[in-house]
This record gives sequence, structure tokens and C-alpha cells, in this order.
Amino acid sequence: MAPQDRLTPLLRVEGLSVSYGDTRVVTDVSFDLGRGESLALIGESGSGKSTIARAVLRLGTGRASGLVEFDGHDVLALPERRFRPLRGRRIGFVPQDPGTALNPVRTVGSQAREAAALLDEPGGHEDLVLETFARVGLDDPRRVYDSYPHQLSGGMLQRVLIGLTVLPRPALIVADEPTSALDVTIQKRILDLLSDLRRDLDISLLLITHDLAIAAERADSLVVLKDGVVREAGPTAEVFSAPASEYTRGLHADVPALNPDRYLSLRSVPVPGERPKIEVRGVTKSFTVDGRSLVAVDDVSFSVPAGTTHALVGESGSGKTTTIRLLLGLEEPDRGAISVAGEEVAGRSHASLRSLRRHLQLVYQNPFTSLDPTWTVKRLVGESLDRYRIGTRRERADRVREALDSVGLAENLLSRKPSALSGGQRQRVALARALVLRPDVIVLDEPTSALDVSVQAGIVEVLLALQAELGLTYVFVSHDLALVRQLAHTVSVMRQGRIVESGEVGALFDDPRQPYTRALVDSIPVGAGTVAGGVS
Amino acid sequence: MSVSALSRPRVAARRRQASRVPPTVVAAFAVLAVVLSWSLVPGLFTDQDPARGVPADKFQAPSLAHLFGTDHLGRDLFARVVHGTSSSVTSALVAVGIGVLVGGLIGLVAGFVGGWVDSVLARLVDVLLAIPSFLLAVVVVSSLGFETINAAIATGVSAVGVFARVMRSEVLKTRRAVFVEASYLQGGSRWHILVRHVLPNASRSVLMLAVLQFGLSILIIAGLAFLGYGDPPPASDWGLLISIGKDYPLAQWLVYAPALVTIATVLSVNRISRWLRKTD
Repeated sequence: MAPQDRLTPLLRVEGLSVSYGDTRVVTDVSFDLGRGESLALIGESGSGKSTIARAVLRLGTGRASGLVEFDGHDVLALPERRFRPLRGRRIGFVPQDPGTALNPVRTVGSQAREAAALLDEPGGHEDLVLETFARVGLDDPRRVYDSYPHQLSGGMLQRVLIGLTVLPRPALIVADEPTSALDVTIQKRILDLLSDLRRDLDISLLLITHDLAIAAERADSLVVLKDGVVREAGPTAEVFSAPASEYTRGLHADVPALNPDRYLSLRSVPVPGERPKIEVRGVTKSFTVDGRSLVAVDDVSFSVPAGTTHALVGESGSGKTTTIRLLLGLEEPDRGAISVAGEEVAGRSHASLRSLRRHLQLVYQNPFTSLDPTWTVKRLVGESLDRYRIGTRRERADRVREALDSVGLAENLLSRKPSALSGGQRQRVALARALVLRPDVIVLDEPTSALDVSVQAGIVEVLLALQAELGLTYVFVSHDLALVRQLAHTVSVMRQGRIVESGEVGALFDDPRQPYTRALVDSIPVGAGTVAGGVS
Repeated sequence: MSVSALSRPRVAARRRQASRVPPTVVAAFAVLAVVLSWSLVPGLFTDQDPARGVPADKFQAPSLAHLFGTDHLGRDLFARVVHGTSSSVTSALVAVGIGVLVGGLIGLVAGFVGGWVDSVLARLVDVLLAIPSFLLAVVVVSSLGFETINAAIATGVSAVGVFARVMRSEVLKTRRAVFVEASYLQGGSRWHILVRHVLPNASRSVLMLAVLQFGLSILIIAGLAFLGYGDPPPASDWGLLISIGKDYPLAQWLVYAPALVTIATVLSVNRISRWLRKTD
């Protein structure tokens, strides 16, 4: 490509503002994206990053003003009829959730041929599609071509979608959180694929993400957004290593992958030689699905000393959730024994399980579904006190206030319903609900995966402070290894229902012995420093 | 925290949107308010006796003295409509009450207990739904006796199936919700979960259906009264007034006035129900 071509940016956004009704969600955003370069828009939920992407593609429903120039075309001013040839052909789009982006009742191949038909080349569409599928790393293109979307995994679907996007050889790909619905190891492979395609086919990439580490690893320049306003912009190396704005600094500090030792001082020191609080020995559980027996948890054993955090790590389907359901007595194991504080969990009657659960609480993954929408915060937190008939009315009210206070929520939230709370506030309410009975053990099922990083950091701080203060024992389930490294003492890595490796967190992360663990650790995005050589 | 600060204006915006009631809904509420006051204190709206006529004044067209005109016995039609409201509205309420209570209970038990209880109750409801509701009502009134209150009971019975089905599906949905399991882990008993968590969450759509069914019940009961399955004259149920009015084609107001009142009431109820469904 001619050098002067490189000088005029492929995509130029100047003074872009977007409003929905009376609410302005994007204000005066400007950035340039050169040919063959990549730029990441970073921000938390509600920062307007997806709205900008939609404005560039003219898919948004909001009112946009300002200038969006793509390859010399004024995107916002162009009539729809003249923009349509650009969208899909010259500008590709990779959506967030590959599971919903394809029509479930048609084969992948028939939908791919539609994309190929955009090329205006006569015939041979099928070969072209198969070739593209091979190019995006699908091992058996023929099988994928003949499959329906539900027969493919999330990672494969995302590859299909990326394939369909690059098939017409676009000049620009807009990728809206392309990996946030995928497991970590798959996330790495998808991002690698995007980087490779960008290099080989000379495509520009506009990457939208909430993860600063991913952005820094994959993009040449960064635009940090908050509340629809650009907080900071510039080349990745600058923004990432020497953030100028307070907000970016905070964002940087909140990403677990970039600060593995952030909570070292907060983390409680386990007392050696103490009897384990939780012991799981040789537990096996299988389910019957469609007449076939499926082993969800296979001979799993671990023990957790009192006052420490044990993490269960693995990708979706690895048996983490079944393991904690067994631990809580929500499922009965086929074989093996589980004891909490010296008492057996398995094979108990309903009544004795109930008394055990006073000391064993669970915090769910999604605070949007785990709180009854018709209840107030006060009732939600106080529910278990009422159920177990603890103390007088006044004492219960005091303990509810105390629990809310310990998770950092103000008293004026007591009469609110969940719908009037933010995600972070809801998860704090869920945590307060678990704490109010003063249990010894709290099981945390991906408690922060539905939340923004800065909110996550707040929750993690609360968890660690409570552990240090009350000597709580945590079982922490997560797919986020970086987060596990920050807060856990010991960790078990699960795969296909088995524990492949376990041990002390630092040792396991620094020197993984199993190839699977190594792959997991390697897939943690760690920012620009390590990968910069590979991308340029 | 940044996010809480962020979401606050959004919450406020949502509240503002919710408080903005469309004008048609305001009108619907106004109509219902008038109808309800007619049924509660008819004496405030008319001082004429609905049962006593002045033969000399028969078949008078609507005028200031007689808003809806007079009938073949010289009775003021407006007074008859106003005094008939009470029994028309009350009987619709009775019908909805029977539907909500019996149907809701069946749906609740079926959805929550599950197993063979669910199978038996669901099939029973299927049978109930298979019979056209108006036909069922006619059969029930015929066996109980020709009275408005029996027409109301009949209408309620025919609505049981609908309520049972909606309640059951809502209970099934709520029962699997994560917060129900959470309550179980907090030491909640089955009864506690049923009454405190499942019922309030499931009842929302049932209440919306109840409003809709109220309008429908007014229509069915009017229909039954029209066919003579309600209280005999000199009662003045809306359906009965229309039925009597149809015998006098030259005095068309005798049909139009009670018919328009019925239509306005039912439309208002439907509008409110639709609005309730939208405002979550």
C-alpha cells in the first residue's frame, strides 16, 4: 500500500455525540484509526463504547451528530442505500455473544453462503466458505458447514462469525467484546486469530472491550471512555504504562491480571497445623442426560484449612458448580465423603442439613437473579434471621444493619428493592445476606463475573477484609485465574470433572506442572509488555 | 462507587417515564371511577326511581330532563342504567374473584407440588378450557337457577381454567429461579418459599389477567342477562336493558345508551390492563 495512503486514517471520528431521547450517552468523542492498525475502546458498562461502535456501523437507534468518516465516506450523512454496500463488505462486525448471532434453524453453511454472495463473484461460494472456515482455524470445515449453530461450541461459533466477517475482505472489523462470552483459553485463541488476520489481510480493527489487559495486549492505541466522554487516548504504550488520568490509573489498578500481588497485605495468613475446615474426599457425581450417564464430578478431593480461601478453577463444564452444590448439600454424591467443620454433609436429613447451613452460606454468580425482586433489602438480608428465629425483632434489625455496614452499604438502602440498586450494590446485598448468620464458611460462585472490574475490586476488598476480621473460610469458584491469584491461598484446577492439579497459589501459577494448567496460566492477558513483539 | 453514581440518573429517568401516564389511560380511569361511583352511590347521580314510570312520558328521546330518554313505561333510562350498574359490576367482581381464588389455587398447587398432582390438575384444567366459556356459563346457570348472582358464579367457574393455567406457568417459572434456591439455603421452608417468594412473583401476571377478565366478565354477564339468565325485570342489569330495548326499534336510544355504557366500561378496563402490562 502506498505510504500516503497510510497517512490518511481509514476511520476518522470527530466530535461524535449520540443521544437516546433526552439522554446523551456519548459526548464529543474523537479518534483516528489508520489502515492496518488497531484501536481499542475501553470502558465499563454504560460508558458508551458499544454505542460508538453502533454509530460507526449505523446500526444504532440513537441520534448521532458529529463526523464519522470511513475511507473518505461521511458515514452519518450517507443515505442508507449507499451505506449498505459498505456495511458487511468494507466494514465487518463481530458480535459479543456468538450464541445468538446465527439463525438457529438454518445450517451454518447456508448462512455463510449469504455472506459470500455479497462478493458479487459468480459461483464457487461453497469452496470460498470452506476455505475461509479453514483459515479461521476450524479443523473440519465440512462438518461445520453442514452443522446447525446449536451443534457447535461457543468458540467454534465465534470462529465462524469471524470467518464470515473477513470473507468479503473488509478494510475494517468492529469487534464488540468478541470474547467476553467465552472461556479464557478460547478467548486467547480467538484474540490470536484476530491479530493474525489483521496482520495477514491488512485489516484495521476497532476492538471494544472492558478489559484493559486485553486492550493493551491487542491494540496499537487506546481510547478510555467513561460516561460517554473520552478520558484518555493515545498509543497503547503511553496510556498503559504511564496513564495520565486518574480514571485510567484506577482502571489499571483494578485489573487483576496486571496486579497479581495487589491484595498481598490484605490477605490473611493461614495458621499452620490447624484442622481443615472443609474436607472433600473422593467425591463422584454423575447425571443421566438423554439416557446416557455423564460424570460431572469424578473422584474429587481437596481440603481447606480454616480462615483461608480455596479456589476451584476451570472452564465451563469442568464440574466446578456441581462440586459446590455437593458441598452445600444441594445434590447427593454417588460416592465419597464431604465434611464441613467436622460434620458430614452427605446423607443428612433435611432438618439436620438446615442446621448445618447456618454455618455454610452461598453467594451466587448473578446478583440480578439471586435476589427476589419483590423484596426490600431489609427483608432480603434479614430473611435467614427470621427463618432461624434468632434474637428479638430489634436484635435482628441491628444485625441486618451491621451486615450491611460490613459490606460497605449505607443504611438508606434498607427500604429499596433490588431493581433500584446497581449490580455492585446487589452483590453486596447478597454478600450481606450470607454474612448475617455469621457463618464460618462462605461458598462464592463466580461472585464478580457479572460485574465491572472496578466494582469487582470493591467486592474483593470487602471479602478479604471480612476474612481477616472474622476468620471466614472461603471456597471461591472462578474461571478468572488472575482474580484467583489475587485472593486465594490454595487452588484446584478442574477439567472434565477431575482435579488436574492443586496446590498453593503462588507455586501453581509460577511453576505449573500440568500442560493444561500451563495453558490456562498462559492465557491470562497481561498487557502490552509481553506480546508487543509478536503483534508488530 | 462509580457504577452506583452512574446508574442513579438512569433509575430516575425510569421513574420519570413510569409516572408519565398516557391520556387514554387517564380517560379510562375516569370512566371506571364514574362507573364505580354509580354502583356505590347511585342516589347521588339521579333522583328518579328506576322502577316507577310516568306512563304519560313513555318513549321520550334523550333530553336534559331524561339524559338517556325513557322506556315503554315512562321510566327514566339513565336512572335504570345507574341503578343497574351495581349488580353488573358486583357480579363481574364476584366472577373474577372466583376465577382468581379457585384458579389461582389450582395453578399454585399444580405448579408447586408437581408430579402426579400436577398431571391430574392440568388435565382437569384442559377439560375446563375445552368447553366454550359462554356455553359452560349457560349450563351452570340453568342448573343453579336464573339469577344474576348465579350468572356471576357461572362466569367465574368458566374463567377458572384460564387463571389456573397462567398461575401454573408463572409458578413453574418462579420455582426454578435462583432466588428461590437462595431462600431455601437461608433456611426457608417450602411453605415459606411458596407464600413469600413464589406467590408474590407469580401473582403479578395473574393480577393483570384479572383486570382483563373483569372486562370480559361484564360482557359475559351482560350477555347472560340479555338471554334472560339473570335477575328478571324490574331489575335493570345492563344486558337486560339492552334486551328489553331491542323490542322497540323506534326508540333506538333504549339499546344505544346501555350498550355504550357497557362498551365504554369494557374498553376502559382493557386499556388499563394493557397499560399495566407495559409498566413493569
